[in-house]
Amino acid sequence: MRKGSTAELSSNFARTSYQDLKFKAGIQRDAKGEPMASLEMVTILNLASVDAPDGMNITLRGLPPVGIAMRQQVKLLEGRWFDTGKREVVVGKSIAKRFPDARLGGKLKFARGEWQVVGVMDGGRSAVNSEIFADLNQASSDYNRSEVLSSCLIRATDEVAVQALVNDLNADIKLNVDAQTELAYYAAQTVSAAPIQFLGLFVSVIMAVGSCFAAMNTMYAAVARRAKEIGTLRVLGFARSSILTSFFIESMLLSLLGGALGCLLVLPLNNIETGIGNFVTFSEIAFSFQITPAIMAIGMGFALVLGALGGLFPARSAARKEILTALREV
Amino acid sequence: MSEVVIQTKDLTRVYKRDQFEVTALKDASIEIRKGEFVALMGPSGSGKSTLLYLIAAMERPTSGTIDVLGQDLRALSDKQVAQWRNIHVGFVFQSFNLIPVLTAIENVELPLLLTNLNAKERREHATTALSLVGLGDRLTHLPKQLSGGQEQRVAIARALVTDPDLILADEPTGNLDSQSAQDVLTMLRTLNQEHGKTVVMVTHDPHAASFASKARYLEKGALLPEGHVPQDWFVRPA
Repeated sequence: MRKGSTAELSSNFARTSYQDLKFKAGIQRDAKGEPMASLEMVTILNLASVDAPDGMNITLRGLPPVGIAMRQQVKLLEGRWFDTGKREVVVGKSIAKRFPDARLGGKLKFARGEWQVVGVMDGGRSAVNSEIFADLNQASSDYNRSEVLSSCLIRATDEVAVQALVNDLNADIKLNVDAQTELAYYAAQTVSAAPIQFLGLFVSVIMAVGSCFAAMNTMYAAVARRAKEIGTLRVLGFARSSILTSFFIESMLLSLLGGALGCLLVLPLNNIETGIGNFVTFSEIAFSFQITPAIMAIGMGFALVLGALGGLFPARSAARKEILTALREV
Repeated sequence: MSEVVIQTKDLTRVYKRDQFEVTALKDASIEIRKGEFVALMGPSGSGKSTLLYLIAAMERPTSGTIDVLGQDLRALSDKQVAQWRNIHVGFVFQSFNLIPVLTAIENVELPLLLTNLNAKERREHATTALSLVGLGDRLTHLPKQLSGGQEQRVAIARALVTDPDLILADEPTGNLDSQSAQDVLTMLRTLNQEHGKTVVMVTHDPHAASFASKARYLEKGALLPEGHVPQDWFVRPA
């Protein structure tokens, strides 16, 4: 990107810089000997979705065929890739699913005309699923940005060359670019997910505290209701520690049951896709809920911890009851 | 003369509630010998139940000494007391105190969970105890499916399943009709006379006390000398 830019959308990358850049040492070449450097234009367009009839911002990426070749994780699900020089687009699968106009064969109106949807692509677990791809030259010409584009994606010859190439590009004053690895770039972009992560954690903590008190309340009620049983067991010879252990285990088992129930209830959310606005790119980022066995195990573990915390004090109060006091409670 | 199994000397129990002190039992000295069936009698608040709870080590005395089956109960820790009670004492409550979600046999098996018996042995012992109280055909009944008299018999089976030396009963007929009460008292007398168990029973019912070999009276927290009856005992409504 151009120096000083934090996202492709706000970056003005000159075509002349690209001409200088693509012949730098350390850039991988394809079978034809062409450098693997993809000059790209990124902008946003507004599409009406099922959830937002008034439209949502979607990332449009204009790129040359080499840009597609460089994105090996991107596979065509349906249709074909766009032809160069035509108003044709290939949409990410999340877009195709959520925006009626963006289905295969549909037509999108933006820039200077109508664009035919000729393909649907699957970007694995990348942001490509929320993007629309079009031919770089056609898109940049429609937006009157033939000379000022957004970014350039390049591939280094090998892992060792990456840092050297980054340093070389950043040091080149004439280029005036901010080179960084794709990994670093996307790590910076996903900061927009931080508030969601925080919100998720915040809600979890609030719910956890609530659940803890609920578990405590349930167990205190159980202890109060079964005071006579506690007294009887003590008279029969059960020690305080047995009473404490039994109530503690009961609390843990109840929490485990609650955890299992919670896991079952969230299972229908597995793979559900939705989207949020990204405040860095001002466009939509689609994401899906993944309920994996590991997440369920963490949930169950969390439930156990809450059960243990919520059950400890009631169990202790049960164990501390004097026999006669317990027997006299109704 | 048979050995003394319960011996108390100047046994006193004072309860403290807020800033008030209530003396429930004062300087009670009693000796109960092996194989005796003793009824502790007296009006409400006389201290008879307190004495029974002290013998069962359900409470600690404020002062005085108490030796049961040769053991100074004051010297035992909480855990040791629980273990001691499990081995040596069978307790019968007025209100049966069965665990409502457990069947008759499971209730009777409860004290055996603290022993080294395996599941099969526990079941056999519990079945024998229930058969002994005439409930061999009610093993899998829940307490709510039994009559009051049957519930108390399950409670007696639970009290004797560990083959304790001492059976302590706190108003065991208080919640029963006269026929069931008769059955329960006969059962306690059989345990005493035929199985040699020492029985201490708290009651304020003279008819129940007539099943015992000896009655001791308490009044206002004091244990009256043997053979003494409270002056106004017979004019009180039963």
